[in-house]
Amino acid sequence: MTTQHQGFSAEVARARTFRYTWWLAALAVIVVISTVRLYTGADRITAPGTLRAAIIGACPILLAGLGGLWAERAGIVNIGLEGQMLLGTWGAAFFAYHYGPLAGVLGAALMGLLGGLLHAIATVSFGVDHIISGVAINIVGLGAVGFLAKTTFDDLEGGGPRNLSGYSTPPEFTVPLLADGARSLADRNWFIISDVAGAIAGVTTRLSLLTVLTFALVGVTAWVLWRTSFGLRLRSCGENPQAAETLGIDVYRYKYVAVLISGAFAGLGGAYLAMVASSSFTVGQTGGRGYIGLAAMIFGNWRPSGVLTGSLMFGYTDGISLLSNSGVLVHALLLLVAIGLAVFAVLKLRAAEKVTAAVMAGLSIGAFVWYFSSDSVNTSFTGMTPYVVTLFVLAVFSQRLRMPAADGQQYRRGGAG
Amino acid sequence: MSEREKAPAGGSATPAARRIAGSVVSGLLPPLVAVVAAMLATSVLIAAFGGSPGDFLQVIFSVPNDRVLLTIINQSAMLSISGIAAAIGFRMGLFNIGVEGQYIVGSCAGAFFAGSGLVAGPLNILATLVVAALAGAAYASIAGLLKVFRGVSEVISAIMLNYIALTMAGYLVTKYGQASGYTFTTERLPLDAQPLGFKIFADAPGDVWALSSLALILGIGYWFLIARTRFGFELRVTGASSTAALASGVNVKRMTLITMALSGAVAGLVWMPAYFGSVHTFGVPENFQAGLGFLGLAVALLGRNRTLGIFFAAALFAFLSGQSNNLQSAGIAKDVIDITQGTTVLAVVVAYEVVGRRRARSEAERVSRQLEAERAEVVAS
Repeated sequence: MTTQHQGFSAEVARARTFRYTWWLAALAVIVVISTVRLYTGADRITAPGTLRAAIIGACPILLAGLGGLWAERAGIVNIGLEGQMLLGTWGAAFFAYHYGPLAGVLGAALMGLLGGLLHAIATVSFGVDHIISGVAINIVGLGAVGFLAKTTFDDLEGGGPRNLSGYSTPPEFTVPLLADGARSLADRNWFIISDVAGAIAGVTTRLSLLTVLTFALVGVTAWVLWRTSFGLRLRSCGENPQAAETLGIDVYRYKYVAVLISGAFAGLGGAYLAMVASSSFTVGQTGGRGYIGLAAMIFGNWRPSGVLTGSLMFGYTDGISLLSNSGVLVHALLLLVAIGLAVFAVLKLRAAEKVTAAVMAGLSIGAFVWYFSSDSVNTSFTGMTPYVVTLFVLAVFSQRLRMPAADGQQYRRGGAG
Repeated sequence: MSEREKAPAGGSATPAARRIAGSVVSGLLPPLVAVVAAMLATSVLIAAFGGSPGDFLQVIFSVPNDRVLLTIINQSAMLSISGIAAAIGFRMGLFNIGVEGQYIVGSCAGAFFAGSGLVAGPLNILATLVVAALAGAAYASIAGLLKVFRGVSEVISAIMLNYIALTMAGYLVTKYGQASGYTFTTERLPLDAQPLGFKIFADAPGDVWALSSLALILGIGYWFLIARTRFGFELRVTGASSTAALASGVNVKRMTLITMALSGAVAGLVWMPAYFGSVHTFGVPENFQAGLGFLGLAVALLGRNRTLGIFFAAALFAFLSGQSNNLQSAGIAKDVIDITQGTTVLAVVVAYEVVGRRRARSEAERVSRQLEAERAEVVAS
């Protein structure tokens, strides 16, 4: 009895320390960012405009990442996110133009869902290799969007064979008082306070309803997948479908539902691109963000909070590359990366992982040298960041990453024998 | 391998012949069905949006003129090379989705090298091919090394590497290339290193590029490597079962590294026919043809990783793309052909899956029937 009690309280204490450590780490990150900002003079690092751009950059990636998460938690790898997202951009433009913004959002989700259905039929019912099906869906998606745009937008006012503008988008709102107050604080360039205020102002100014929905979906995903019996069953299909089958779970059905939701999320990501990030549609608008979403999911270790972190990070680099004179801004970020790598190197050294520590230290020194030997960074490199970071994370932390055990494997009904 | 039929002991020739005929049918039928299904799906889509599927089919199945025919031949050569690159990986169970990135790197490195004129005259061509292949191999090796030493899936790392390759190539050309109009390109290929093409149509502009013949050479080389060498055997064994390969003394890690590099080396050569044949410079996106890598995967799948199959699949895809250029005049976006190509891939893998399941079932039935008969014999005696 007492041991049990002790075990329990130890666990609570550990959980508390864990949370405490995270808060401390977050605080340390803010302090470092603020210091770097003051040192480099690149005040725009945490300016409200920059953070707003970052959030707009993050949302499509986040939606794609969550879509990937839904599918992979049920054991289906969805490389077709890019194609489903593309279908979403067309759906958003088409339905918003004819029936208004709400229809646009729903239409985008529906188009993505159709892409997901194609993937589900191929991978679940026919047991086709997930990657092959995904690659095919991306080819089909690109072709379909080009064809549909030419067929349905060419004759419209504000339309062309490969683009459409002039449709209404979801409403935006600014949180009263808070936004203005935070903005005036952000403009003071105070240590830490202005950085946090900048973040608040960036979040509360001209906030699209679709942005709110996107962040709400992170919570919804986490709750459904980890707090409901439906979610538990769905995840069991990704961990051990044979065992799930012996417990009477209709594995095919759960996989179908997961992949359909996955496609719908990717479609919503497309809607975000065509309705919030930009107010017009062009063919090929996604620019590989479906793949970045996949990267964010892997970076986030197949967890909603991780996907959120990864998306915000990748969205930040995506967002700032669109700002004017972003080379200087990226240059300042380089210092941040160098410091971050140095910290990691020290942590790894303490954990007695000498090789990793050495690699980190080497990269850190490289980043420092790069920073001090240049004034600006070519913006091509910002576009590359998500991919490089993900490769790096995969290379260094691959042993720590834990994907669903039966992810990407083919499953056939009756396989449990 | 597994489908290689053996005459059953004591069986008559007729069922064996029937079974060989059956395996030919099951080998050829799926691609055929897939193409028909894809054309049908595309036609339905066109009709659904008020277009005329008749016009579509008429344009696609019209007799190509000489100019289009040259495009089809040259494109099918490049698609074949890309397909071979993908097939090398597939045969070992590696999904080299990075062909796309590897041929960007190979093209970029090759074009920089050739344009610099370090090697004079026609020898430049050979040296450039080596450089392009080595660059592709080196780039593919990143994914190979990550897989072998860190357990990272080659699919995921290759997706990341594809994008890095495109951005890096753009950056390098902007930084070290020269401005031409609004874009940047590598230095032009010296005139003495521009090979003459095969002028098969006297009155049509253009020719079959000299290096399109590379597809034939690589195709034969691929067949020889896979079917006639020990390395090819080990590669296939590893692809069939890596645990069995390991048990019989194959160094699977080494095989993974070599196969990945080999696949990347071939991938590095994909765009070389176009470079030496007509473009003579490199720059993204104007002076480069992207997307051949992804189509190569499709070609390898459609051609079942066999040399002849890859040639046929490449010719089909090139034919569809070449003919699609005339779709604009019929008022249909040429993008529609991407739908046909993508659906073909999807349909063919589904068809192979269905055929495979059916064959497994009939095999099981045959065995159980045989057992039944033997038992009856035992009982009778």
